[in-house]
Amino acid sequence: MADIVISDLSKMYGGKRVLDRVAMHIVDGEFIAVLGPSGCGKTTLLRLLAGFETPDEGTIQLGDRIVSSREANVPPEKRNIGIVFQNYALWPHMSVADNVGYALKIAGASTQERLQRSRDALAVVGMENLAERAPSDLSGGQRQRVALARCLAAKPSVMLLDEPLANLDVHLRAAMENEFVRFHRHTGATMVYITHDQSEAMALADRIAVIDRGRLVQFDRPRDLYREPQSEMVARFIGNGQVLPVQDVRPDADAAIVSIFGKDHRVRARRSEQVRSSARLSVHTSAMRLAQPGEDGFAGKVERVIYRGNHSQVDFLVTAEPDLQLTLHAPADVAIPSDDTIQVCISDGWVIPAAA
Amino acid sequence: MALIAMEKVEERRRLPALLPKAEWVVLGLLVIFVAGLSFAPLLRLAITAIAPAGVIDLGHVAELLWKKKVLTASTNTLVVALLSTLLAMVLGTVAAALTVLTDMRFKTAWVFAFVLPLMIPPQVTALAWVQAFSPSSPVLGLLGLSLHDGGRHPLYSPGGIILLLGFYHAPLVFLTVRAALRRLPAELVEAARAAGATSWPLIFTIILPLARAGLFAGAALAFVSSISNFGIQAMLGIPARYPTLITLIYQQMNSYGPSALADMAVLALLLSILTIVGVAISGWLGQRGDVRVDGIGRSLEIRLGRWRPIVEAVSWLFIVLTMALPLSALVATSVVTGFGQELSWKTLTLVNYANALVHQASIRNAFLTSLLLTSITVAILMIVSLFMAYFIVWKRGPLVRVLHLFSELTYALPGIILAVAMILFFLRPLPVLGFSIYGTVWIILAAYLSSFLALALRPVLGGFAQIDRAMEEAAQVAGAGFLARMRDVIIPLVAPAAVAGGVMVFMSALNEIQVSILLVSSNVRTIGPMVVFLEEGGSSTLAAAVGCLMIAAVLILMLAATCFSRYLPKGVLPWQN
Repeated sequence: MADIVISDLSKMYGGKRVLDRVAMHIVDGEFIAVLGPSGCGKTTLLRLLAGFETPDEGTIQLGDRIVSSREANVPPEKRNIGIVFQNYALWPHMSVADNVGYALKIAGASTQERLQRSRDALAVVGMENLAERAPSDLSGGQRQRVALARCLAAKPSVMLLDEPLANLDVHLRAAMENEFVRFHRHTGATMVYITHDQSEAMALADRIAVIDRGRLVQFDRPRDLYREPQSEMVARFIGNGQVLPVQDVRPDADAAIVSIFGKDHRVRARRSEQVRSSARLSVHTSAMRLAQPGEDGFAGKVERVIYRGNHSQVDFLVTAEPDLQLTLHAPADVAIPSDDTIQVCISDGWVIPAAA
Repeated sequence: MALIAMEKVEERRRLPALLPKAEWVVLGLLVIFVAGLSFAPLLRLAITAIAPAGVIDLGHVAELLWKKKVLTASTNTLVVALLSTLLAMVLGTVAAALTVLTDMRFKTAWVFAFVLPLMIPPQVTALAWVQAFSPSSPVLGLLGLSLHDGGRHPLYSPGGIILLLGFYHAPLVFLTVRAALRRLPAELVEAARAAGATSWPLIFTIILPLARAGLFAGAALAFVSSISNFGIQAMLGIPARYPTLITLIYQQMNSYGPSALADMAVLALLLSILTIVGVAISGWLGQRGDVRVDGIGRSLEIRLGRWRPIVEAVSWLFIVLTMALPLSALVATSVVTGFGQELSWKTLTLVNYANALVHQASIRNAFLTSLLLTSITVAILMIVSLFMAYFIVWKRGPLVRVLHLFSELTYALPGIILAVAMILFFLRPLPVLGFSIYGTVWIILAAYLSSFLALALRPVLGGFAQIDRAMEEAAQVAGAGFLARMRDVIIPLVAPAAVAGGVMVFMSALNEIQVSILLVSSNVRTIGPMVVFLEEGGSSTLAAAVGCLMIAAVLILMLAATCFSRYLPKGVLPWQN
């Protein structure tokens, strides 16, 4: 079992803590996405996992061996990891087959074994016919596949992927997302996938680690991140979430009654939620709608309506709190004039737990 | 106990990466290389100058520097260096402006012809000029002109030295100014045009001020090269009895041998200080109120209109006068049996070439020695620079910076200073081996390795900067150790840059004179100083033949490098437009 155990990992650059006591346990065979805005420290985490950097505090354990600590650092070439680099880093002076077989050559495998395993790895990504090409003759998507095959051929215990789709155009991304899922299923390798794109992370990962300003803010399954964000940052970051101030939190079994701009609503909350005078509520756009005639909602003043084809995006200011701008999706055939006052209903929400 | 424990922690902090062994071994070898060939000799020079008897003795230094001979030589050095730098700045800037900014035709050919003199050894250039303007010049004779006989040769004068140094170093200024002009963002020029500036005001109010940093960078190079240009200063200054610091050092060493070393160390130190101060001042002038701008310049084309044929004619006339005329005089001299003999089909002879290549053992051996020394130097420096650039670009750290600094220092300092330092350092028998390499070919090799390291290193640094570090990291992740990564991934990728560096070193070292002039002995001679010895000995025609052979070697190398230029990083071959 090659679980990865990261404990209290910190890294400083010039006195600034770019990674701050991060702790995670990644189970063998899991597909993990590390998600965060640019500059949050996710690349530093990858470089620590790979062994290119040494931590200032904490340890990384790979299987039953501590590979990173302040005192000792197993160099990358001795870690049995694989990396798919953002720009693929294919060696331009070697053919596709030589790129893929390089790790085996270094490991001293026989020529026959090397050819066989390179061919197998290329077959997994559907590139066996291009083995003799030079990387410069390949398209972006093909290079990506070669980089994956190169990683695969070495049979690493962990595969690290550094924003592998960032350099591809939009339709190729969708195709490659499918490729990654298939690839993971096929190989069963532990994969750590670094990205700033939350839809990519949601689509691919078993679990997502959200990192913000060097801290691990939540490490959960995509569904839990979306439905039960543990902090305002996660609530806003995932699925274009919106955050509303609510008053008068009254726990009620595994839910809670809260007052949203003076109207009581029943929303989801964690079991241990306490009675509170105020809280923040995570609401997704899909859970907000125009009130039907006679239904009770809160009032808002329409700022702007953008036609999006299958719906209209309505940006409005809450009348009770004029600084707060929210967005809902209305049916495209309902005409909503700007400056109009609308009534808004909330069908679902989640009380963000009080900060620890 | 506590103290020991703390020391250990400190050590860890300084070396956090815990690099694998091979990397440390290589870094250690590089440190020994630079320390033994650059740092220690220069340190030895400084100590000998300031404290010849083991204690600091500034009184002796002051007394020596106050001698009339030394004062005159210092003044002369400054005069020729400053005035020739000024000339080079004017010529280089005009040339760069013409080729980058105007619609002059045949630019590629002109740039090649303008930069070519830089590749020709200065002692050969000086010889060519001397022969072109001598009263019995074969070329002037052909043109029906002649200088009146009697009296001194017009170039054996301070003016002659300044003129030749200025012409010789104009390409240096040209290259840096051209680079600066090419970097100018086109928007700045377009904005000025929109504000109503026409071509000429545009050049003087916008373009040249913005290219100032490049101009002074070139000026610094020209100044340093003028101070240390032994070839021209010796060929013209010694007959003119116009001593400069380097010719003074040369003559004193010739007259008194190693016993004059302590005093020469003082002069060498003075020369290094002049060099460093000169570089510092032009650096300051270039940076003051720095307005460095970088962008992808779209080329601006100032239309010369009806002036174009005139400008073109003048610029080609310049090439004819400063290059074609002296070189043809050199060639003409090399194919007659006696200097001053009229050139005709009857007098035409290849006997000088036969003597140089076959009959005269000393010249033939000098050619072979230079070829051998240069080849060994190139081979060693290519390997050293590949590894050193790896540490400089990708590993950084204070130790590596010091290594880089010393490699640049031994390149920038006048070669004759390095030669004095080398003699001082290697005069005594080597430890363990028990013999001295002074007077042998090995001291010249040591000096070449030290002097040309920076030249080999520069293109490789550029090569490393162009490749993505992820290339190496990918190999590391694949399990390759340091040496395997070097062999399989890094060296194949930067090899073209290393070859470019090797070519530059080959061209510079093959005909080199500054460093070897003090290191050659009666047994071991290189070809660079040969021209000076032959000319001093009165064999002008033989000297001319040797000079022509040296130029031919340079041209062949340039041609070969040009053929490979598409594999080389952009901008490493200075003569390409």
